[in-house]
Amino acid sequence: MHTPVRWFRRRSSQQLLMAIGAALLLLGGATVIMVPFFWMISTSLKQAGEVYLMPPIWIPSDPQWVNFVTAWTRLNFSLYASNTFLIVSTVMLGTLFSASFAAYGFARLRAPGRDFIFMLLLATLMLPGAVTLVPTYLMFNKIGWVNTFLPLIVPAFFGNAFYVFLMRQFYITIPRELEESAMMDGATIYQIWWHIMLPLSGPVLATIAVFTFVGTYNDFFTPLIYLSDVTMHTIAVALTYFQGSAKIGPKMHLLMAAVSISVIPPLVLFLFAQRYFVRGIVTTGIKG
Amino acid sequence: MVQESRTIESRRLGKRERREAMHAYVFMSPVIIGLLLFTLGPVLVSLGLSFTEYNLLSDPKWIGVENYIKMYGEDLFWQSLRVSAIYSVVSVPLGLVLALFLAILLNQKIRGMYVFRAIYYLPTVISGVGVAMLWRWIFNGQYGVINTLLHNIGIKGPNWLIDEKWALTALIITSIWGVGGTMLIFLAGLQGIPQELMEAAEIDGAGRWQQFRHVTMPLISHVTFFNLVLGIIGALQVFTDAYVITNGGPNNATMFISVYLYRHAFIYLNFGYSAALAWVLFMIVLVLTLLVFRSSPIWVFYESERQGKS
Repeated sequence: MHTPVRWFRRRSSQQLLMAIGAALLLLGGATVIMVPFFWMISTSLKQAGEVYLMPPIWIPSDPQWVNFVTAWTRLNFSLYASNTFLIVSTVMLGTLFSASFAAYGFARLRAPGRDFIFMLLLATLMLPGAVTLVPTYLMFNKIGWVNTFLPLIVPAFFGNAFYVFLMRQFYITIPRELEESAMMDGATIYQIWWHIMLPLSGPVLATIAVFTFVGTYNDFFTPLIYLSDVTMHTIAVALTYFQGSAKIGPKMHLLMAAVSISVIPPLVLFLFAQRYFVRGIVTTGIKG
Repeated sequence: MVQESRTIESRRLGKRERREAMHAYVFMSPVIIGLLLFTLGPVLVSLGLSFTEYNLLSDPKWIGVENYIKMYGEDLFWQSLRVSAIYSVVSVPLGLVLALFLAILLNQKIRGMYVFRAIYYLPTVISGVGVAMLWRWIFNGQYGVINTLLHNIGIKGPNWLIDEKWALTALIITSIWGVGGTMLIFLAGLQGIPQELMEAAEIDGAGRWQQFRHVTMPLISHVTFFNLVLGIIGALQVFTDAYVITNGGPNNATMFISVYLYRHAFIYLNFGYSAALAWVLFMIVLVLTLLVFRSSPIWVFYESERQGKS
């Protein structure tokens, strides 16, 4: 409890004023950020008759929690949720494995052409996805993978440039002594990676896992082009079909209930991970 | 040249080094295979396809540069370039300035600051289709929040998504709402500035603005650079919002190049033409990125220079 006292003592009144000004500005901005979410929840709890009113009601007179149940069942959310989680979890597994495995080669082992491959990998970060889109689609089409989950999952096992980069930067900071002594004890290089490097990489792996989860969960384009069968859809694609479909038509309260449900998984993950996650990015930093 | 000398060296090197190299390739194999299979291969095939007519039903037919000539004469192509250009030119600088401003505010030492950081970052986590639909509802001309709020202060809001003049503005506002990712990277840069430098500037009598202008700005210029490059690349590829919120309309007022490309590839099945479009987009991104890189010695200040000077 003595920190705030010191905190005040150290500051001039001008600095205190600045801090208060900053806090007020931040509060205003935070309100702007939150209004859309508030509007979403507000709409999702309304009765049909309350949705299109002028002036609008911000707090529904009688919150209709049942809207969530209706949206869930009418839109067959269970199916889309299980499709989505199957894809997301496999993609996470593939991404974590390939990034942590490949990065070890780039960080620790010397081989001709290694740095060239690494630079090439980083250069692909600037390549617009559209360039590889059509040939990749045609390739998956040719081997009969269109309308299966495979085009969404398999590429994850072949290393994402940004995550390989993050893992490599992290490995480089680990002192070599641990690996050297394990080597003396007769461990193979693969055992060293698995038993020594991976357990030390918890924070980076967690960061990559969160990024991958959010990215894959929110991805719309890939499932849109590869999954044409309605029963194969992910939540993201299914939502666009709900909009204006006969199932809910113009019933905005049900659509917003569905949208509210759809943002829960990334929201929960973020709330669990945020302190550590936001701080992780801030303190490790990204050096340009 | 470096590459060559290294190869020769490794040939001279003994068994242990060769073993090490072999293990290195095993570790790098996912990346090597991935690069060949999902990047380099498709890039080349895409270039080849751009000179053909192909619709899945028959074999690709070589037509030379006809796709590019057709594109040149197509009004909608120029419209899509215009839309993407306006969007990028407005949203990227606006986003950078706002992100930096917020990052500076969030870098103040105030208790409970992490709550604000989390709130500002939230839209980056909760993005995607659901939120795009939410924005459609927010911009609803009659019942949407924005026009309600405008109405309260006596302004009659436009019919955002149906009005050609306002639809693109609505999408720019949407993009600004999600500025948290850029902000967080700026914040990381700000926290990397050594405290002594700021204090030294203060002792030398520098005011807030001068500190910002002569200490903060140069020391985070590499972060600005990073955000600028990523911002341009991202803005030129924005798809989900454009597809879900306006789907190119009204009257092609939001026909982003990505939406135009998507339609040619997956609605009209003009795979050759869409590959040509992708290459044009690639060249634009490449030229812009090179320009930013070229300009960087003028305005990006690197740590090594500072150490070199001192």
